[in-house]
Amino acid sequence: MSDPILQLSGVKTDIAQYHILHGVDLTVPRGQVTMLLGRNGAGKTTTLRSIMGLWRPRAGSIHFDGTDIAGLAPPQIAQRGIGFVPEDMGIFADLTVEENLILAAISGPIRRDRLDWVFRAFPALSTFWKMPAGNLSGGQKQMLAIARAVIEKRGLYLIDEPSKGLAPAIVSTMARALKDLKSDGASILMVEQNFSLARALGDHAAVMDEGRIVWTGAMAELAADAALQERLMGLKMEVA
Amino acid sequence: MIRLFLSGDHPQSRVLAALLLVILVTLAFAPFLFPGTRSLETAARICIFIVLVASYDLLLGYAGIVSFAHTMFFGMGAYGVAIATQRMGTGYDALITGTVAGTALAAVFALGIALFSLRVRAIFFAMITLAIASAVGVLVSQLSGITGGEDGMNIRIPRELTPAFRPFDEPVMGLRITGRHLNYYLVFFSCLIMFLVLLRVVNSPFGRVLQAIRENAFRAEAIGYRVVYYRAMATVLSAAVAALAGAVFAIWLRYVGPATTLGVEIMLDILLIVVIGGMGTMYGAVIGTVVFVLAQNYLKDWMGGASDATSFLPLVPDLLNPDRWLMWLGILFILSVYFFPSGVVGRLRGKA
Repeated sequence: MSDPILQLSGVKTDIAQYHILHGVDLTVPRGQVTMLLGRNGAGKTTTLRSIMGLWRPRAGSIHFDGTDIAGLAPPQIAQRGIGFVPEDMGIFADLTVEENLILAAISGPIRRDRLDWVFRAFPALSTFWKMPAGNLSGGQKQMLAIARAVIEKRGLYLIDEPSKGLAPAIVSTMARALKDLKSDGASILMVEQNFSLARALGDHAAVMDEGRIVWTGAMAELAADAALQERLMGLKMEVA
Repeated sequence: MIRLFLSGDHPQSRVLAALLLVILVTLAFAPFLFPGTRSLETAARICIFIVLVASYDLLLGYAGIVSFAHTMFFGMGAYGVAIATQRMGTGYDALITGTVAGTALAAVFALGIALFSLRVRAIFFAMITLAIASAVGVLVSQLSGITGGEDGMNIRIPRELTPAFRPFDEPVMGLRITGRHLNYYLVFFSCLIMFLVLLRVVNSPFGRVLQAIRENAFRAEAIGYRVVYYRAMATVLSAAVAALAGAVFAIWLRYVGPATTLGVEIMLDILLIVVIGGMGTMYGAVIGTVVFVLAQNYLKDWMGGASDATSFLPLVPDLLNPDRWLMWLGILFILSVYFFPSGVVGRLRGKA
């Protein structure tokens, strides 16, 4: 595995009185896509939110690019170069598409080449550039959520279920954009329930269960082994 | 040029643009169009309340912060001028010192409240501001040696701003200009500048971040914005503008008392105006204030006329009796909320 950009060691996170993460150990290699898989309620989203500082870990360390970021506030973590696409998209509905992207460019004006990339990947966003984001369709909102994370080059992208609830045509557009991002050398940690998409994008996979990482390895290895899938996630996917 | 003045925030509706233009022209020429004292008082009150409400809307409509201490900041500006003129005399230096001191005090107070309570839930912040505003109100009533207590304080202003001053021998456009008219234009232009500054603020990157925080504070944090910092700055800015409006109000009224600046009724008026005009739209402050202040000042007269005109009908004259003006004001408010849930401006802009 190449030089890691993110390393979680023994991360424990509680939400109110519930212990959700019981010591997550995870390594995300630089310049590759790591898929975080697992049953519903396994702790995948909580892991992403813990990395982002939205849930503060009770114990453990989170090293991003060599620095421990566990315990930092979300703005500090974002400013260090982690882009986050939440499960619920989290777009600002009252602001226009343009304003959403301007807001996301925290280090200054939007660079032309990044905007061109966004428009190439998601042409709908240029069409509805001046429209309030709340008026976009579900798929377009997801495109905007991803565009907002990639409008500035980040060291790491955390993407939570980008295909959730989207029509197949929109998922294809999304997949193309994410592949493009991957070929650009981006480091990505993605939660995804759509196994086809996970298989198409992932270099590595980490499977979670009951707040722990229970398996890590190459995505291709997991995709090829139906028995392993069933043991880890309780369901058989298409075998490659 | 207009785009520059409006900071790119066009009314987005012809009807709204026409209404705003009519209001601007009417207020600009109010002394010539309506020479009476009462009309001038109403026009000045409209100018000041537009700024006061707009500064509150920066907090409520743009940042999503509910505060009940806005009149406290308004009062700080007004009392600043009153106390400064009492100590320093009638000069302009006293007015400027009082305005600056009152505004600075309001800003410092707002920063303190914000840092102390903006990390807690919104409802707690609202409760804390209510408690502090009530405490300051009581304090102002008790410290009669400094604030004049319940009686308030009369303010002596430079002669050039009083009715006794007559700059021209001849009438101008049929109006005999006095210092009172100059005072009105001081109110008008300072309020216009403050409003345009607020419009600039809400349409700046800072204003966009505030709107993002209002919609989803967690998301704004995850993008990289320090929510507490932005909320605190909005609170300080809003308080400072409210204090400036208070200072202008004191100079215009030449009197300050707990009821005219710190009263709970004024806070309720501000809330009603924001709702009528439309939250999160600076222009809502303009429309809401005009509707509300006109209703507050002239509804009684209009009802008196309507009562006389319908005297031949049963029951109707009784319902339109001027003594029932407050009931009709309430009905007006309920109807406006029912028909314009996003405020008059929200409706005109096609948001609801």
